[in-house]
Amino acid sequence: MAQEEVTQSHVSFRDVKGKYTGLFAWIFSTDHKRVGLLYLYSIITFFLTGVVLGIFMKLELMAPGRTVMDAATYNAIFTLHGVIMIFLVVVPGLPAIFGNFMLPIMIGAKDVAFPKLNLLSWWVYALGAIVALSSLFMAGGPPDTGWTFYAPYSFKTNTNMLPAVIGAFILGFSSILTGINFIVTIHRMRAPGMTWFKMPLFPWTLYGTAWIQILATPIVGITLLMIVGERILNIGFFDPALGGDPILYQHLFWIYSHPAVYIMILPAMGAISEIIPTFANKTIFGYKAIVISTLAIAFVGYFVWGHHMFTAGMSGTALYVFSLLTFLVAIPSAIKVFNWVSTLHKASIQLEPPFFWAASFLFVFMVGGLSGLALGALATNVHLHDTAFVVAHFHYIVFGGVGFAFMGAIHYWFPKMWGRMYNTRVATVGWMAFFTGFCFLYTPMFLLGIQGMPRRYYDYVDRFHGLNVVSTVGSWVLFIGLAIIIINLVRGARKGPIAPKDPWGGKTLEWTIDSPPTLENFEEIPVITKGPYDYS
Amino acid sequence: MDTSVTIEHVHRDDEGSKLGMWLFIFTELLLFAGLFIVYGVYRYLNPEAFHLAAQQLSVTVGTINTVILLISSATIAMASSAIRLKNKALTLILLATTIIMAVIFMVNKYFEWSAKLEHGFFPSSDILHKLGNGDTLFFGLYFFMTGLHALHIVVGMVLISIVIIRVNKNSLTHENPVLLDNSGLYWHLVDIIWIFLFPLLYLIT
Repeated sequence: MAQEEVTQSHVSFRDVKGKYTGLFAWIFSTDHKRVGLLYLYSIITFFLTGVVLGIFMKLELMAPGRTVMDAATYNAIFTLHGVIMIFLVVVPGLPAIFGNFMLPIMIGAKDVAFPKLNLLSWWVYALGAIVALSSLFMAGGPPDTGWTFYAPYSFKTNTNMLPAVIGAFILGFSSILTGINFIVTIHRMRAPGMTWFKMPLFPWTLYGTAWIQILATPIVGITLLMIVGERILNIGFFDPALGGDPILYQHLFWIYSHPAVYIMILPAMGAISEIIPTFANKTIFGYKAIVISTLAIAFVGYFVWGHHMFTAGMSGTALYVFSLLTFLVAIPSAIKVFNWVSTLHKASIQLEPPFFWAASFLFVFMVGGLSGLALGALATNVHLHDTAFVVAHFHYIVFGGVGFAFMGAIHYWFPKMWGRMYNTRVATVGWMAFFTGFCFLYTPMFLLGIQGMPRRYYDYVDRFHGLNVVSTVGSWVLFIGLAIIIINLVRGARKGPIAPKDPWGGKTLEWTIDSPPTLENFEEIPVITKGPYDYS
Repeated sequence: MDTSVTIEHVHRDDEGSKLGMWLFIFTELLLFAGLFIVYGVYRYLNPEAFHLAAQQLSVTVGTINTVILLISSATIAMASSAIRLKNKALTLILLATTIIMAVIFMVNKYFEWSAKLEHGFFPSSDILHKLGNGDTLFFGLYFFMTGLHALHIVVGMVLISIVIIRVNKNSLTHENPVLLDNSGLYWHLVDIIWIFLFPLLYLIT
């Protein structure tokens, strides 16, 4: 009898037979773990598309003049790279994949608050992606405005803007639905005894992220709708010829799009805050400081959008205020870095792939963050605005920060999600190649930017040639690293050795349940009496 | 080994549903907030033209529509109470009244819009371009804002229709009135946005 009970309740969520089989068992499942994996597979697909586009861009920039494509194609490719990577990959990335999969487990719940809404958000995401990418296959070709859709060019160009803009609008809905779901889940479904300050840090960052998602996304939604109105009805909101103001578009766009980078980076910080204590075998240093800095970033992040427009034409007062606020938002980020480093101080560290990703995250995140301060300062900004320096800074934060945290998270939670282990040695080799390639790819762009190479340019003068070659070669090394990582993970998921419940010695709730989890995660909802990182 | 059930537990949390609805309403308010900012900026830049253009709108029709929406908000709130009193017939009457009010609102809107179109006051019309940038922007905003609001009315009507069907089938009763309450909240949102649109477009002349 006891034996039977064990078999019955320990069926992995992957093997549960529902109403449907095959693909339908996934795309119609409201299980938060399946929705998380659905997001994972779709996001990885788009990520690889974006990577290939990026590789082509770098290839084109390897030499001055025409290398592999014409200028119009180059414009379309960097726009698509941006649209895909921002709206389809990085914004949904960590919250939709690891948030969906891990949030309910980490707070001791059986599912999110609104499982159907959760599935709907994936469907909306898929619809938005299809609409956005349909521009590729229509006469007129994909948009060429850059991912920011700046007015007035975005309603003057003859390329297919509407699908891209409407697609981004629909994707915003998906983001909002996920945000609402997570806030309600965290408010209502924490396990008994899990007070706010006993909640692990990844759910905390998801909470901050969710608030930004619901408070900032509607603004870009209406702004994109206005672009649709401009193109269809020629209303004149942003058309100077009709009395409109293109700068107003930039304000409205960045009111969302700056907080959006915190939608990207906060969950990444949360994942790092989970990985570091586990591999340091130590309680995280300054738990409350990390929580409060998370909320501070979410809050101050709303008021810094103007730093994208220092050279666009604003009053002197506005410039100073935005610059000051930009410096302010760096403080909570630095607090987090100090806390992570302090956690590692005098710890007995387990050197495993997730830790390598977390440690390199600290490095690239600091380079990205400090170069951000160079851009936030008014005087240097005038020199660096719209140069390759901005591209390097942005990629160090978004690809370096978020990307490395994503890689760390997937290597960290892999045994829980698939119930198998990957080859850690191959994973380490992949990380080395990726990290090396990354540094060679983006560091030259800092130098190029300081020397004056503009961003988004198809052609350049000869003196930029050497560094561009280094950068392009870096992109190949990074790509090789990425290929090793993906092949290793796919092999691990299919044939790897069966993983135990807690392969790394983690203390949060997800390590107390089966790998992979059962349908309802917990047989009995746990009662929480201690803080999340209890290594005593 | 029985693995035939996908979701075993039935999770129900009315407080949570309402919290979710309120959060959604915040996002809707922010959606319109973007338009209010744009309106504010262009009104500030073109005070004279906005003043004159607003006089083209009929305050009477606007007032009638405001009263209609306020009444409909009251009826749906009463429906929330009626279902708790287990009075199915009254609930259905009140919900139907709400829908009828919404239809009257849309009919008024239709006549108002077609009058504007007839006079050539529509985005990118030659008449507006001749009048100047301020008028172009005012009527652009007028159509955009009232259009988006009308879209919300339609969504609200669909939502209330679903509630009517479910009340009629007895699948929504005094035991689980949260869908009716949330539809009511949504309808109040549609109402309150109009309460802002009405003075901005019709009254400040």
